[in-house]
Amino acid sequence: MNLQAPVAIEVAGLRKAFGDQVVLNGVDLRVAEATIFALLGPNGAGKTTMVQILSTLIRADAGEIRVAGHDVASEPDAVRAAIGVTGQFSAVDKLLTGAENLMLMADLCHLGREQARERVTQLLELFGLADAAGKLAARYSGGMTRRLDLAMTLVGRPQIIFLDEPTTGLDPRSRRTMWQIIRNLAADGVTIFLTTQYLEEADRLADQIALLDRGTIVAEGTPGELKRLVPGGHVVLRLADASALTAARAAAGTGSADEEALTLTIPGDGSVRSLRLLLGRLDEARVDVAGLMVRTPDLDDVFLTLTGRQVPQHRDRAAAAAASASPPAKVIEK
Amino acid sequence: MTSHSYAARDSATMLRRNLRHMVRYPSMTAMLVVLPVFFLLLFVYVFGPTLGAGLPGIRGGYASYLAPAIIVMTIVGASTATAVSVASDMTGGIVARFRVMAISRSCVLTGHVAGAMIQVLLAMAAVTGVAVGTGFRPTAAPAAWLAAAGIAALFALALTWLSVLLGLAARTVETASNFPMPLLILPFLSSGFVPTASLPAGVRWFAEYQPFTPVINSLRGLLLGGPVEAAAWQAIAWSVCISAGCYLGSRALYRRGPRR
Repeated sequence: MNLQAPVAIEVAGLRKAFGDQVVLNGVDLRVAEATIFALLGPNGAGKTTMVQILSTLIRADAGEIRVAGHDVASEPDAVRAAIGVTGQFSAVDKLLTGAENLMLMADLCHLGREQARERVTQLLELFGLADAAGKLAARYSGGMTRRLDLAMTLVGRPQIIFLDEPTTGLDPRSRRTMWQIIRNLAADGVTIFLTTQYLEEADRLADQIALLDRGTIVAEGTPGELKRLVPGGHVVLRLADASALTAARAAAGTGSADEEALTLTIPGDGSVRSLRLLLGRLDEARVDVAGLMVRTPDLDDVFLTLTGRQVPQHRDRAAAAAASASPPAKVIEK
Repeated sequence: MTSHSYAARDSATMLRRNLRHMVRYPSMTAMLVVLPVFFLLLFVYVFGPTLGAGLPGIRGGYASYLAPAIIVMTIVGASTATAVSVASDMTGGIVARFRVMAISRSCVLTGHVAGAMIQVLLAMAAVTGVAVGTGFRPTAAPAAWLAAAGIAALFALALTWLSVLLGLAARTVETASNFPMPLLILPFLSSGFVPTASLPAGVRWFAEYQPFTPVINSLRGLLLGGPVEAAAWQAIAWSVCISAGCYLGSRALYRRGPRR
């Protein structure tokens, strides 16, 4: 991370406990201006508490926390004027229409009449809600509610935006729309602090990722840096039957066989050289390979390596499908 | 930057929000009138003839005796609605949003209170109108009307702050809707339906020392004639104490922040 870049969020020695339960235990982090920062972690890691503290909703027990250059404990109003927050639970007024919700925010941001009307129209347009502007928010779909929620956060043009699990529960299409919105915001110079339990989301969006586990940051870096933290990738061979699997295992001389899935996983760096070598051996042994997949380590592997636990499987099937279809996994069908 | 400079503007914004809720769901406000009107009709036309016969010498007949109690019951009904609307705000995500905006801290609560007061004053006016239709014959001069309205409004303010407090303290909307229930019993254990002197000893003692009795007695005295002063002072004292206590309690609960 470029230490010369202006810092939007700076946290040192942050601690927070609820009664006996220590939720955050000495967290340090820096987020550069106009970048996307992802705080990644399983449920209960302390992500939401982190957002609540950074956004002045609750107070930390200890630590130096500066957001937009202001101390959250001593100048909460200055921090509030600079930030926007979209929490995990929708913060829209369901008894008002989409346009009224945005107007409410414009009034609370103390915009003038004309300016408010302009901003509301602009945001409705930008978030694809113009047609639903006069509809009660209670009748909005999940994706529309989430978009309205984020639009409300943006009314006051905050410099820093906190997004607590912005795509949890969204269908793949809405998720993609949300990602695009987030990227556009960052391109406009807004700093984004997002939490997610989707490794893929952090990988796709973030400039910088911090892995939060049981109240401490266990790893931090760019997606590429994090992936380099875990030892190499592997090649997965799909075989037609059990005898082919045994033959392939013998030919490769290494790897773990999955009798049920009829796959053989062979550790390796996935380079063309090592692949050619492997395929040559398989050819010599006349093993019929049904399919082959080269996998470079992804954030799942990072998570597993660093926490020693499986990634919590909260991702829905759509997300899993999207993840397996995306790089860095390359599928070569024979 | 200082948020208190926007206190009035932010409270007005929140009031507009709450009024919009009321306009959008007029059935909620209508319910506030339906319940007291039901009791009014029940007591005037079903129990009234018997109760009235047992109360010789009351001014203007039983409908007139009863009306102040029914007007005060309207306030109780409205406070349930307030507790529910505060609780549904607090349990939803919207208040977390308000808390992290650079707005006045108290505007969420003052917006609720102002909205509830408008709602309850309208409901009381409607109920009074219906009461006149059933035979309520106030004899008051305009000044006495004004004083009666003032005492009713002050007591409404007290119960509104009480219900805001209950709404803040409730963990769910359902709890909030149950909290003000005991309040609905209090008018029955007061001078509202029969004179306290006719009540059994234990109940009489309770009736004479609970806030609904002086409020109802002052309304009765102001609107129908009769002794007022002692009851009015007691009513004002009760209202001011309840308002102040519940305001401070609500403010503390709201500032304590979100619960986990």
